[in-house]
Amino acid sequence: MTTQVSESNKTNSLFSSKNPLHLTIGILLITTVLVTLGNLLFPEGSALHVSDYTVSLLGKYLCYALLALAVDLVWGYCGILSLGHGAFFTLGGYAMGMYLMRQIGDRGVYGNPDLPDFMVFLNWTELPWFWAGSDSVLWMVCMVFLGPGLLAFIFGSLAFRSRVSGVYLSIMTQAMTYALMLAFFRNEMGFGGNNGLTDFKEIFGFSLQSPSTKLSLFIATAIALAIAYGICHFIVNSKMGRVVTAIRDAESRVRFVGYKPEHYKVWIFVVSAMLAGLAGALYVPQVGIINPGEFSPLNSIEMVIWVAVGGRNSLYGAIIGAVLVSYAKTRFTAIMPEAWLFALGGLFVLVTLLLPKGIAGLLPTIKQRLITKKDAPDTQQKGAKL
Amino acid sequence: MNTDKAGTPLTASENIVPDTRHGVILYVEDVNLSFDGFKALNNLNLYINDGELRCLIGANGAGKTTLMDVITGKTRPDSGKVSFGQQVDLLQLDESEIARAGIGRKFQKPTVFEELTVFENIELSLKGDKGIWTALFHKLSGEQKDRIAEILHTIGLVAECHYPAGRLSHGQKQWLEIGMLLAAEPRVLLVDEPVAGMTGQETERTAELLTSLAGKHSVIVVEHDMAFVRSIARKVSVLHQGTVLAEGTMSEIQSNPDVIKVYLGEEQG
Ligand SMILES: Nc1ncnc2c1ncn2[C@@H]1O[C@H](COP(=O)(O)OP(=O)(O)OP(=O)(O)O)[C@@H](O)[C@H]1O
Ligand SMILES: [Mg+2]
Repeated sequence: MTTQVSESNKTNSLFSSKNPLHLTIGILLITTVLVTLGNLLFPEGSALHVSDYTVSLLGKYLCYALLALAVDLVWGYCGILSLGHGAFFTLGGYAMGMYLMRQIGDRGVYGNPDLPDFMVFLNWTELPWFWAGSDSVLWMVCMVFLGPGLLAFIFGSLAFRSRVSGVYLSIMTQAMTYALMLAFFRNEMGFGGNNGLTDFKEIFGFSLQSPSTKLSLFIATAIALAIAYGICHFIVNSKMGRVVTAIRDAESRVRFVGYKPEHYKVWIFVVSAMLAGLAGALYVPQVGIINPGEFSPLNSIEMVIWVAVGGRNSLYGAIIGAVLVSYAKTRFTAIMPEAWLFALGGLFVLVTLLLPKGIAGLLPTIKQRLITKKDAPDTQQKGAKL
Repeated sequence: MNTDKAGTPLTASENIVPDTRHGVILYVEDVNLSFDGFKALNNLNLYINDGELRCLIGANGAGKTTLMDVITGKTRPDSGKVSFGQQVDLLQLDESEIARAGIGRKFQKPTVFEELTVFENIELSLKGDKGIWTALFHKLSGEQKDRIAEILHTIGLVAECHYPAGRLSHGQKQWLEIGMLLAAEPRVLLVDEPVAGMTGQETERTAELLTSLAGKHSVIVVEHDMAFVRSIARKVSVLHQGTVLAEGTMSEIQSNPDVIKVYLGEEQG
């Protein structure tokens, strides 16, 4: 056989530019080290000092970035436009919140060693069954993944097996998160009603107020994000990634090749939900509260906008999008909070019209411009021959 | 709406082997299908022998594509029987199960995975386990790479193998879809209008390829290009208004008065 079909060639040309693994993780870890050093070594007032407030803020952004990765995995790669990923994020957050509530012990307002304050307030005398075990770290870690994963599995199995897709699916995901919001608002649900879970004191025995805990949480989030990025990178570059892309572009055709798209969709939906749950769990100790407002359909839409801005179908794009839009939100809401939603909507329209591939779609173009300027014009991209 | 019978033995054991002791690999018996009262298939009977190359002709709207939809599980008939070999009831299986059982299809309108490269299109179509965990940890074996290279060579897309399939010309997409079909190594190939958009030379190559496949595989070809049909046909079935009007060699068909009246008549003026 004289044909030269090298697989490495393919992998290089197609993917490395889209999802640079080492570069992204490298930048992420270097940033983390710099922030850590800036926080620990440089005194307040120094130009290189990173305040505790900034550390917490960055930690929050990284949670959003992890969440954006989850959304990108299902939307960018598999074409499932989920407008309900906030539900998975919030469930993960509640799992962590329950654990943190139990950590309060008898230091609550009512000083009840067994029951969280809101239960005492409701005149409950014992823990509801679904709070059993919530004081154990292992339980918390399991629930962070199991809660969102199970919901995604049930929802996905029902929706994908009956071949619901497109707008209908998106509306169903919105309805799902909205229904959960209404449910969690009710006191009888046993999750603290509209106040949610808050007034946390400690995590794993470390005070949540102390700067070192805040820094540790930030570092833990960065590491979680790096690992999640690695996992997503592995998935999208495996044959699974190709099947899922094929499903996105021509689902019915995939069936005639022998794959069951619904299995793939459920699987990737569950993985994505678990990543979102992890993001929620890391978020709660850093912001100190979790309440049903996080289920708000608006939040889920905002996540999709992060990915659209950063560039769907690009993993690092999702991270960039989440961080940039969240930063913009922080700045914007400080000046004129009531206008933020308009700004967000405007941003979405602009990106859809002008940058359909998002910021990540812009980078290769810029890179190529630079290269073609430097090199002779005949060193065009290989595909240009067609 | 679709079959979701958990634990059907046919899905559990991935290796469906059709029982072809009677020499027939595909039974289509008394199949009826109507769309809003319009009878697209009307008491249709068709038997395809193991290893046979069968041409299916018929005017636009005769029901050729619909028949393929029924065989591959895309559309369920209102009544009738469709089986793979004697025992495997295709009406109990969904599209992906039918594909894995060994019935491959090339669509009338070429449909390839546009964002994936030519190479990847063929990779995904390769025969083998189509489950999630395999997909996650799958690495192409040397043998599989050779097979892909061989197919790329056969379909003449070696130079284009790393292009996104969406950038191929119409004719090249036709070839790619044929390549995907070859990669799946099906027992039965359903080929809907393979030479539309191909040059004369390419048409000849397709004819050669399809005839060489017959014997080891059973091939059903739908085509309007009569010269092409003549060049490959051994046995031809004529479909008319959803039913088989005549069957036989090309010369038998051409001299069949019914056929002349409804089909060839129009074409030959
Ligand atoms: N999903 C559908 N809904 C309604 N009518 C349909 C549907 N699919 C096919 N038909 C009708 O069934 C008839 C048979 O269509 P079919 O595509 O099988 O014809 P064909 O023999 O493949 O024709 P051609 O040579 O043009 O491809 C046509 O009249 C078509 O309009
Ligand atoms: Mg047709």
